[in-house]
Amino acid sequence: MRVDLATSFEEALRIKAERSDVVPVAGGTDLLVHWPDAHALQERDWLDLSALTELSHIHFEPDTVVLGALATYWDVIQDQRFRALPLLPAAAATVGSLQIQTRGTWAGNIANASPAADGVPALMVYDAEVQLASTSGRRSVPLADFYHGYKQLEARPEELIESIRVPLRPHDFENFTKVGSRAAQAITKVGMAVAHSAAGWRIVANSMAPTVRRCRTLERLVESGGTVDSPDGLLSAIRADVNPIDDIRSTAAYRERVFSRLLYQTLLPACSSFS
Amino acid sequence: MQRIEGVSKLVGRERYVDDLDLGEHLWGATVRSPVPRGRVTDLRFSAEVDWSEFTIVVHTDVPGDNTVFLLEADQPVLVAEEIRHIHEPIVLLAHPSRDAVRRAAKQVDVGVDPADPYFDFRAAPTAGQLQRGDDNVLKRLEINKGDVGAALAAAAHVVEGVYETGAQEHVYLETQGMVAWVEDGVVCIKGSMQCPYYVAKAAERALGLDREHLRVMHAPTGGGFGGKEEFPSIIAIHTALLAMKSGQTVKMIYERTEDMAATTKRHPSRVRHRTGLDGDGCLLAQDIEVILDGGAYQTLSPVVLSRAIIHAAGPYTCDNVRIVGKAMLTNSVPYGAFRGFGAPQSQFANERHMDVVAGRLSLDPVEFRRRNLIKDGDCTATGQVIDDGTDRVGVMELALARADYFDRRAEHRNFNAQHAYLRRGLGLATFFHGAGFTGAGEVHLASRVMVAGLPDGRVEVLTSSTEMGQGSRTVLTQIAAQRLGYAPVDIVIVDPDTHRVPDSGPTVASRTSMVVGRILDDACAALRQRLGDAELRGDALRAAIAAWHRENPGGRLSAEASYRPPPGVQWDEENYRGEAYGAFAWAAYVAEVEVDLRTYTVRCIGFRAVQEIGRVLNETLARGQIQGGVVQGIGWALLEECMLHEGAMVNNQLTNYVIPTSADVPPIDVIFLENPYEEGALGAKGIGELPLDGPAPALANAVADALGVEPNVIPMTPERMMDLIEGTATHD
Repeated sequence: MRVDLATSFEEALRIKAERSDVVPVAGGTDLLVHWPDAHALQERDWLDLSALTELSHIHFEPDTVVLGALATYWDVIQDQRFRALPLLPAAAATVGSLQIQTRGTWAGNIANASPAADGVPALMVYDAEVQLASTSGRRSVPLADFYHGYKQLEARPEELIESIRVPLRPHDFENFTKVGSRAAQAITKVGMAVAHSAAGWRIVANSMAPTVRRCRTLERLVESGGTVDSPDGLLSAIRADVNPIDDIRSTAAYRERVFSRLLYQTLLPACSSFS
Repeated sequence: MQRIEGVSKLVGRERYVDDLDLGEHLWGATVRSPVPRGRVTDLRFSAEVDWSEFTIVVHTDVPGDNTVFLLEADQPVLVAEEIRHIHEPIVLLAHPSRDAVRRAAKQVDVGVDPADPYFDFRAAPTAGQLQRGDDNVLKRLEINKGDVGAALAAAAHVVEGVYETGAQEHVYLETQGMVAWVEDGVVCIKGSMQCPYYVAKAAERALGLDREHLRVMHAPTGGGFGGKEEFPSIIAIHTALLAMKSGQTVKMIYERTEDMAATTKRHPSRVRHRTGLDGDGCLLAQDIEVILDGGAYQTLSPVVLSRAIIHAAGPYTCDNVRIVGKAMLTNSVPYGAFRGFGAPQSQFANERHMDVVAGRLSLDPVEFRRRNLIKDGDCTATGQVIDDGTDRVGVMELALARADYFDRRAEHRNFNAQHAYLRRGLGLATFFHGAGFTGAGEVHLASRVMVAGLPDGRVEVLTSSTEMGQGSRTVLTQIAAQRLGYAPVDIVIVDPDTHRVPDSGPTVASRTSMVVGRILDDACAALRQRLGDAELRGDALRAAIAAWHRENPGGRLSAEASYRPPPGVQWDEENYRGEAYGAFAWAAYVAEVEVDLRTYTVRCIGFRAVQEIGRVLNETLARGQIQGGVVQGIGWALLEECMLHEGAMVNNQLTNYVIPTSADVPPIDVIFLENPYEEGALGAKGIGELPLDGPAPALANAVADALGVEPNVIPMTPERMMDLIEGTATHD
């Protein structure tokens, strides 16, 4: 195992360009849980970004919020300006414990690519974009297009996340729901984020597919004003968008049924086409 | 009085076994069986490891009997040939590097000729799965009272039901851990444990040592809940074997994943009830079958089964009772002691069944219990006459009043009729728990306690009772201080060490305050007798002790007392008749739940716990015991599911085995009623296990009240609740 401690973002990019198999680490919250027994992880090389305070900024621009790659959940929870994007602090408050919230980063949540990530759906429902950087340049990718499959990222091996850009739009409906196996400190079994703005409906599911996923069939169903008179009326659209599995935390049948009920009860007061 | 070691625990100063400064030492690790049943054909040590650096122990290195002595010599210290469960220890390794020994343990391949394992204790084994007799029954016990057949035949109503409970992991915060070394020819073992003398007896036999050459010491223990009753003998013997072979100090600390996968759990159960009632809803007959999954070795299963069947008929008056109990040998990781010890399983079934019976008779569950709760002069299933003066209906009525039961139920009816997806309900459980060892158990134990007057006038207390977070150290101090007229600081509790303290029995069965405390009380009296004045207290006693030491320089002023059985207690072990326990604690718990029909999640939103426990010795500690037990019971009922594969837990991490957080439990209203028990210390009855018995049935009854379904299997996880509510079958 080798750990490189980057002292500047440019240095981090150079290291990543030279040795693209190094794993970037910021808060380390996902890493430490199984570390003593995770012999395979102990063989890997690491790029520690945690000293790069230049990446911990949060900027509110006129129509965009920029979260630096080291911005933590806690940074968002205690920043009153996020009342404009209430699902971000709401999601952050459901992540692990307070200790995890003060170390875990939004960018790390994206890069770790867990299908059960809680930060990602809140960002995705607001049309967040991921700013990627490498020694050869910078580019922006919509978070909704960032995942190609389980732990398969759009980012190239030499790229690092530099920041996350979230559009500031007025929303007339916002909801974040997490179903864990208990009331706190739980990994999500079924989750969703729903929002409506001038850009239309956004519906994002987590723990329902190999990645956190924007549910475009469901969005079209809601936009179209098609009648939905029961949770089961959502099932065919849900099946088109996601494919939950049986795993150690729950079952596919539970996830599908609960997602349909939560989404139905969430949209019922907001959509005239729901009855 | 404050918990003696409270501050040192609070600030992190307490030194648990992993914190002890050992200097240079080796780390131990265990190579375990990869299959649940079969024969070891060969051990292949990978060529990638330099094994000369390691101490390696296999079954042929066990100097004494290759058996973990407990009830029956069936469990080997290390597998010789026959594997009976997955994760069974086969090879032990030690090395100066903890990391190296962990990696090396994965480089030993165990070759196995597999055999057909038996897992589902509810179904009969096939011929190929037989491993004990012709039915794999580890132990069968029976209680008979009256004529159940005739009473059922004559009953106006007969109601049947089947109830199941799952395994439960202890989740002590401190995992199993032990250190061992050899000092002047004495093998020394120190670690996390409830019962130093259990460890000593098992280690003497396996290591081929006499008592003089084996010393077992208790280290501050971070929770036990029964998980450190019998299991520590295994890790203690393993650590000692490595220390004896290497000649060095060896430490073994289980990782959480290893601890959860390879150590004991609460016994899963299935209980069948067939109940006969007369036209007034009074019990005529209780026909009960209790089956436990014992796992691959006997451990304490026969004793758990015994307590399960004695509590299976509940605190009710019924003249005709038949209870058949069976513990099955399977190829699962052995199940063992867990707070409540069988009584939570059988009383879950009984209390849930009482509500089912009341429902079939269109009787309110409260009214049903008013008619049937045991009254003074009536007798239990074993024929034990209850005559303690406790008003058991009154205990229940107080719990109902605290919960505002009838008004709240009416409010819930309205709420449920109006809400789109939330449903609320209230559930009741009335139950009992016998403290101390069953029947003649305490007589066989013949526990002893010693006290000694020190030259400075303070008094030392020597017992083998261990502090594991429950507060025994504080309570024993209190008892001695009160009896001697001393300030608590002048009582010195000696750390349990088999070369210093007498055997006052194991720290189990809710017996420490009640039984050991009583013997301590007698030992204090004996000390005063020895000084020639039974009335000596406080300063006069201090002065007398100091004077004795002036007259006997270098002498030891000690006094001892032994267990005295309460008068009139008779127990027929053969026929399971008589006084099963010296006393029972009585309780009524009311749980309030809210079920979310979107997520099928059951949330406990209110909890009332009323219990009559003789005397409260320390209000804060007693309240803590009840609240902690209730939370553990809520976890067992709602959240905690051991996902078993090939007989072992596969969700063996705290991320996937979910215990309640403070956000998952409501404030718990704890009420104590006192009716002093003359044979218990200062009037106390045991309370440690009682609070595990009530929460699960109270919660299940509350869910039934909220939804009109019959939740007869726990844990009531959302996945299981979905199947129950929707009639689907997606979850086993």
